[in-house]
This record gives sequence, structure tokens and C-alpha cells, in this order.
Amino acid sequence: MTAAVPRLVDEFEQGLVAPICLTWELTYACNLACVHCLSSSGRRDPRELSTDECKAVIDELRRMRVFYVNVGGGEPTVRADFWELLEYATGHDVGVKFSTNGHRITDAVAARLAVSDYVDVQVSLDGATAPVNDAVRGVGSYATAIRAVERLAAAGMPSFKISVVVTRENAGQLEAFKALADRYGAQLRITRLRPAGRGADVWHRLRPTAGQQRTVYDWLLAHGEDVLTGDSFFHLSAFGEPLPGLNLCGAGRVVCLIDPVGDVYACPFAIHESFRAGNVRDDGGFERVWTDSSLFARLREPQSAGACSSCGLYDACRGGCMAAKFFTGLPLNGPDPECVLGHGEAALAAREDIAPPRPAPDHSILRVSHACDESPAAGLH
Amino acid sequence: MTSLILDGAWELGPGVAIRPERFGALVYSFHTRRLTFLKSKRLLEIVQTLADHPSGRAACAAAGVAESEFGTYERALGTLVDSDVIVPRSAER
Repeated sequence: MTAAVPRLVDEFEQGLVAPICLTWELTYACNLACVHCLSSSGRRDPRELSTDECKAVIDELRRMRVFYVNVGGGEPTVRADFWELLEYATGHDVGVKFSTNGHRITDAVAARLAVSDYVDVQVSLDGATAPVNDAVRGVGSYATAIRAVERLAAAGMPSFKISVVVTRENAGQLEAFKALADRYGAQLRITRLRPAGRGADVWHRLRPTAGQQRTVYDWLLAHGEDVLTGDSFFHLSAFGEPLPGLNLCGAGRVVCLIDPVGDVYACPFAIHESFRAGNVRDDGGFERVWTDSSLFARLREPQSAGACSSCGLYDACRGGCMAAKFFTGLPLNGPDPECVLGHGEAALAAREDIAPPRPAPDHSILRVSHACDESPAAGLH
Repeated sequence: MTSLILDGAWELGPGVAIRPERFGALVYSFHTRRLTFLKSKRLLEIVQTLADHPSGRAACAAAGVAESEFGTYERALGTLVDSDVIVPRSAER
């Protein structure tokens, strides 16, 4: 009955009636400017879906029996209608797991969240200590997140999550993160740093080293289903025993993303025209995009293993993450840039003079360019 | 041979939702927040009709499960009991 059966993986690769895991970024507006933001968030997009349009999407998700959505942003709670949409979804049997930096989690909000079976909260934290966290998420963001965690714990919120993107700087803090989560009765979730959005700017310096990847893998195996991963480390399964969860790229097959303006992308890490399948405002809405998009149809066909076809571990890692390959300029039918056998490093070195595709659209308030690292105002013209 | 699973009367647990798929079905419990997979259409049929039958055995038989296969379905239903997808039927029904 678990997901670890190969035949089921084959079924999933051909796509499902509806996504299992649907991420919905409700807004590009954010009070923070994390250096690795997948959606390059900051400014609200004026074309953002209205309250009524969001409710129509929720109606569709209910009809399609999408059990829950992973809501994010931007910071979703800065939308004035966030709580209204949350109530609408949960009142229509669509569960909501939302990610927040904790900015708007007051005692009253925590108390309301704690009583619903249909709501789950993930507080983002990228360091077990303030200096490590704040270097990525901004000054004061550690204190804000911990305050939110304290409030959720005090309100008796059952099994909320503390969600960590693993980086070179925090990979040595896994035990500290676990202890922190345990202290507040929270569940720890760790996910992979992707070179998507602003993450493309910092991926080379923040991605875990090869040694750290091995440590993360061993640590995850030791903790089993105790620690959540969003199944994001499946490329590490090539180290040996598969990690718990779905070890495959679900993009357009079991996973997709709806962005704040209604664009549907193959996955949350692939905000780029190449992976845009349609828009929920189109005729037929989200369901038609999911079932009829030519991009998703292509992703559901048998994929070539390409350069990986001669590798005996292909069945374990299945070529890794499509978005990580795309935004580092690697062919999609070849090794993941973080292939545990080092094939990705070789592929990156071989194409180092070719610029990889730039993540777009960009809603950053300020983006520091590589060319002028000494001047944070560069690129503001 | 008697069996707790096959001779018990069952129904879907509270907050459990089912979505049929080509291979069987996805099952989600809003209560435990766990996703489970039913890996055949026959198992889906059995789960969906458990509440209409006096026992798990009767539901399996009605779905066309041969006597020799009861063990397989007993194990499958046992897993669903362990994860609260199906629960003992309340007496008042």
C-alpha cells in the first residue's frame, strides 16, 4: 500500500486524473526577499487572480478531487483575502497546507488554525541559528519565524511543519533543526535547494557539497518517515537504498504549479515559459490545462534516459530533477547537476561557457546582479 | 478459518476521500494527512462497498474475489485498518 512499488511509479509517470501535489502560489508579493526564492517574489503582480477567480479554481479542484493544495507565494498571508480563501477551500473539502515566513501568525490566527483538520502550516526556516537563517532570508526573519512557531505550539496546532531548504551553510545543522522541531511538537521538513527563481543566482555557492549530500542521505535514511522531504531528494537514492516516498520527477504527471496570475507550470521549480502549460483563465480552466496541455502530454510519454541510459543507477534516481538540469543549462535527458556519481559536475564543466536559461518572470524588488556584486543597487535602472 | 479482518464489519474512516485512478485509486485521510494507494480496481470496489456488506469477506466475495485470493485481500485491508482508512463499523448502523 505504500509508494515504493516500481509499477506504481510507472503508472505515475503516465500522469494521473488530477495532481496529487498541486502547489498554488497565491501572490508574488512578499515582505521578505530570500536570496534563493523559487518564484523571484517581491512585488505583487497587478494581474493577480481575483478573489472570485481563486474561488472558481477551488471549485474546480474540488470537482477534480484534488485533496489538498500546497499554498505559497510570495508570502500568501499578505493577500487581504487569504483567510477568506482558506475558509472557502477548507469548507469545500480542499485541504490547505500553506507555507509562511510567520510574519502574520498572531496568537489569534494560531488559535484559528489549530482547530481545523483541513489546514496545515509550514513555517520556513533556513538556519537553526539566526545568523545562518538571516543570511538567506533577511535580518530579523529568524526571530519572526520562531515567534510564529511558538504561537502555533502554544495554540496546540497539531503537527505543523518547520520547513528547511538545505544549503551548504545549514547542512551541518540537521540535528539542531530536528531538536528545534521536537521542542515545539512540530514536524521537520527538509527540501532540496533548486537553481530556480533567484535560487539560480546563489545555487553555485549555496548548494550542498558532495560530502554534505551523502550526509543528508544517510541522515534521511536514519530518520525514515519521521522527517518529511516533499520527496525532493530522490536524486540521492542513487547512493543505495531508496529514500521513503515517490522517487521520480512528478512534473506535469503528479505535480504542477498554479502561479499568482493563473499560469500553470509543470512544477514549482520550473517557472519559465518552456514549462508553461496554460492558464486557469483559458477556456476549460485548470482541468483542461491538466488533461489537454501538449506540454504535459509530452512529459507523460516515456522519457529517454539519454546520457544516463548506460548508468546502472538510472532506475534509482531516474535522471533527477528536470528544473535543476534546465536552469543549469544541462540537457533534460542527462544527469542531474548534483548526480551523486559526479556526472553532473562533468556535464556542467563541459558547458561552462554557455549561459543557462534565465528564470523569468521576475518579481524581485531588488535583484543583485553577479556583474556588480559590490553594488546592491545595480540593475535598478 | 476466522479472521478479524474478513469477519469484521467495516466502513471508511472519518475524513477519508477517494479518487479513482487508472491503476486503482488514491486515498487521502484529512485526519491523519496520509496518502495511500489502492493498487487495483477490485480493491477499490471492495473498499467502496465495505459499508454495504455484513463483513469484509462478503464485500470481497461480492467483488468477485476467489476463495484462494482472500489472503491477499485480507492483508490489503489490514494495511488500510492500520492507517485508519477503514474503521470498525459503528453498531448503530
